[in-house]
Formats: sequence, C-alpha cells, structure tokens
Amino acid sequence: MSADLLAEIRQDFLELEQKDRLLLLLEFANDLPELPQQFQDHPDLLERVVECQSPVFIFVDLDADGTFHLHATAPRESPTTRGFASILAQGLDGLTAEQVLAVPDDYPQTIGLSEAVSPLRLRGMSAMLGRAKRQLRDRLAA
Amino acid sequence: MSAPFDPTEKFAAYAHPSRLVSTDWLAEHRGDAGLVVVESDEDVLLYEVGHIPGSVKIDWHTDLNDKVNRDYIEGVAFAALMSSKGITRDSTVVIYGDKSNWWAAYALWVFTLFGHDDVRLLDGGRTKWLAEEREITTDASSVTLTEYPVVSRDDTPIRAFKDDVLAHFGNPLIDVRSDEEYSGVRTTMPAYPEEGALRGGHIPTAASVPWARAADADSTFRTRTELDDIYRGEAGLADGDDVIAYCRIGERSSHTWFVLTHLLGFENVRNYDGSWTEWGNAVAVPIAVGTAPGAAPAPRR
Repeated sequence: MSADLLAEIRQDFLELEQKDRLLLLLEFANDLPELPQQFQDHPDLLERVVECQSPVFIFVDLDADGTFHLHATAPRESPTTRGFASILAQGLDGLTAEQVLAVPDDYPQTIGLSEAVSPLRLRGMSAMLGRAKRQLRDRLAA
Repeated sequence: MSAPFDPTEKFAAYAHPSRLVSTDWLAEHRGDAGLVVVESDEDVLLYEVGHIPGSVKIDWHTDLNDKVNRDYIEGVAFAALMSSKGITRDSTVVIYGDKSNWWAAYALWVFTLFGHDDVRLLDGGRTKWLAEEREITTDASSVTLTEYPVVSRDDTPIRAFKDDVLAHFGNPLIDVRSDEEYSGVRTTMPAYPEEGALRGGHIPTAASVPWARAADADSTFRTRTELDDIYRGEAGLADGDDVIAYCRIGERSSHTWFVLTHLLGFENVRNYDGSWTEWGNAVAVPIAVGTAPGAAPAPRR
C-alpha cells in the first residue's frame, strides 16, 4: 500500500464538485471493510469514538513486521461516520507506524468536505484519527 | 392547494392535528399534486442511502444555516432553496427524518420562520417508515423548479435571542438536553462532540425535560394524555404561559417547540437557538449547576 494513498484520496475529493464529493463519501461508507472475525467475537477490544455522533468503534493493529491496520465499525444508518472511518481505514492501511504518526492531525479538514458535510461533522473524523494515533502510541510504548 | 388532513384518531386529541400525518396517510397521498415530501436528517448522507420515492432532501447545516453568519438563511436564499426543491408557497410540505424527527422538526421550525403555511411532520419519521418495510429508493427525484416568493424571515414569534432570555426570568424555561448537560457534568450530550462551551450547567429556573421523552419507542409522538402529564404535570406549564425552550444549538428544542405549540396548543413558545453553545460562552450571564432549577435572577430589560 502506498504511503501516499491519503493524498490520493484527498486529490480525488478535491477534483469533484461539492455534490459529487458527498457521493464519493457514500462510496467509502459502502466500502468500509467488515471487522475481522477476532473483533466481531471480542467487541471489548474495540474503542468507542465518543466524539462521533453515531456509535463508531476502532481498533489499531500492528503486524509482526510493523505494518499498520485500522479496523472500524459503524452502523449502516450512519453513512457519514462510516465514510470517515472508511477513508482512514483504507488510507492508513499498510503504512508503518512512523508514517501513521506523521499524518497531519488536520487531514480531515483538507479533503474538501467542509462545505458539503460541514465542519462540525468533520470533527468526528478528526477524533477518529486522533484516537487511532493515540492507540498506536500506546501499542509502541507497551 | 392543500392536501387533505389525516383523520387518524390519535392526532385528533392534539391541538393542531393538521400538523401530523401517519405513514399510512403518506403512503396513500405521497403522489398527490401540491404535496412535497422532504427528508431532513442528522446524517447528511442518509437520504442518499435510501429515501421515500419522490422525496427531496434538505440539510440543516448545508441548506438552512447561513455559511458565514451564525444565523439562518435569509428570504432570497430560502426562496431559491424552495424553488430548487419544487416547493411553491402553497405546497403542502411533509417532513420526515431520522432520530424521532429531531432534525425534521428543526427544518419545520425554520419553514415556520418564513411563514410557510402548510408544513407537517410524518409521525414516526424515517425509523417508522423503514420499520414498516415501506418503499424506499436511491433514485434521484425529478424536480420541476418552482417560483417561490422572497419572504422576509420573521423571527419574533417563535425565536428567542439571548437578550430575550435575560428578560424572560420569572417565566417558564424548558431545558431539553440530557441530565448530564443540565447539571453541568457535560457541555454536550453523551457521545457527541464537545462543542466548546466554556461553562456547564443550565439557565437558572429552567425545568429539565429531555426532548426525547416526547417520543415513543417507535419514534412517534406520545399521546396527548402522556404529553400533558409530562409538560403540564411534571414541568408545571399552564395555559397562557410564555415559554422558551433551549438545548445546545436549537435542534432538540425545535422538537419540543413543535410538541408544545402544535400538539399541546401553547401559543407563546419560542426556541432559543443560540442555546448552550451561546449561553455557556457568554460573559456575565447567570448559570445554575446541579439538578435543581435554581432561583430566578432579576429580569434584565
């Protein structure tokens, strides 16, 4: 996975009209990967992102070779939140820990969704990114 | 041209039965000429996931709020919005949404600021429509642009500003937020983003009646008797009262405004949409903390 995937996602959004940016977000929502079985069986491993308006849970995973994965789950009736989670889960997948920690905290504000979605709603995505980085730091320190 | 009213028996007990329609009624009438169905949700993408066939979407953030000032759109923008949604000044508008019609009620309240005459809520909203496995679609609705007049927004009858609240002490206030927000433990509802209020608590003397108590488990409004017990009984409201309701940004209190005005018939109810995000940041306004309403400060006029 390319370290530039988040940049590519941003470029994809910015190239679209406002209305179509919403539809791209919906595509991400529909593409949110299912939780791996181990988390479906152990929901206690997941961390709730309380800053989001809908129940969304995330879990950070590092492979033995240091490859990063972000798992997330959110209800079907909360497509905006699912879309945010999906962008991060796909955009961060396969990076190294250093690359994840280097993602700018204001990434959610840079992908051109402030007008189509509203800045208030984007806060939920910032919270997901912040919590994912914090979980990762905890994992690295453990 | 107004659509016929829904004769559902439950509605007949409300003060203004014409403000509600049932899912049965909407299933029968949604294709009527002169009727426009509007979906208004908290989640900006939910309409795209599937909506009532023929319905149009209005979003509270991106359509109804001014992009620069912290205020609602003005008459010109409202007229353009209505035109783009195929709504005329005499259309019957039926609004439905997620979360027990919370945002739908907010949209209805904004329509009322512009004096749109015939605007109704779908009792039970999106949740009930889906629970009954009624038809939804992802197809775009075809809209014929309309001519909608530019009408000045009239805030006075149903909207309160901070100074109105300061002058209101001695009259009933209803705080519709969660218990934690009322007592001051939190400044936003559980599981929602903190929106930066510097102080927690409530406006002194406000009675705590969380908005969702007006909704039943299936998202429909509670019956007239149940609502009377809550608002006249527990909260102590009486006929003729001048009431101000507030929450965090004025959305949840729109739902309560609808209940008090259209279901219970109170004639002087205003929504303080500045709500806690303004009051909790304002300098030198009185605040009460804890579960007790607190004593009334002298009104400032």
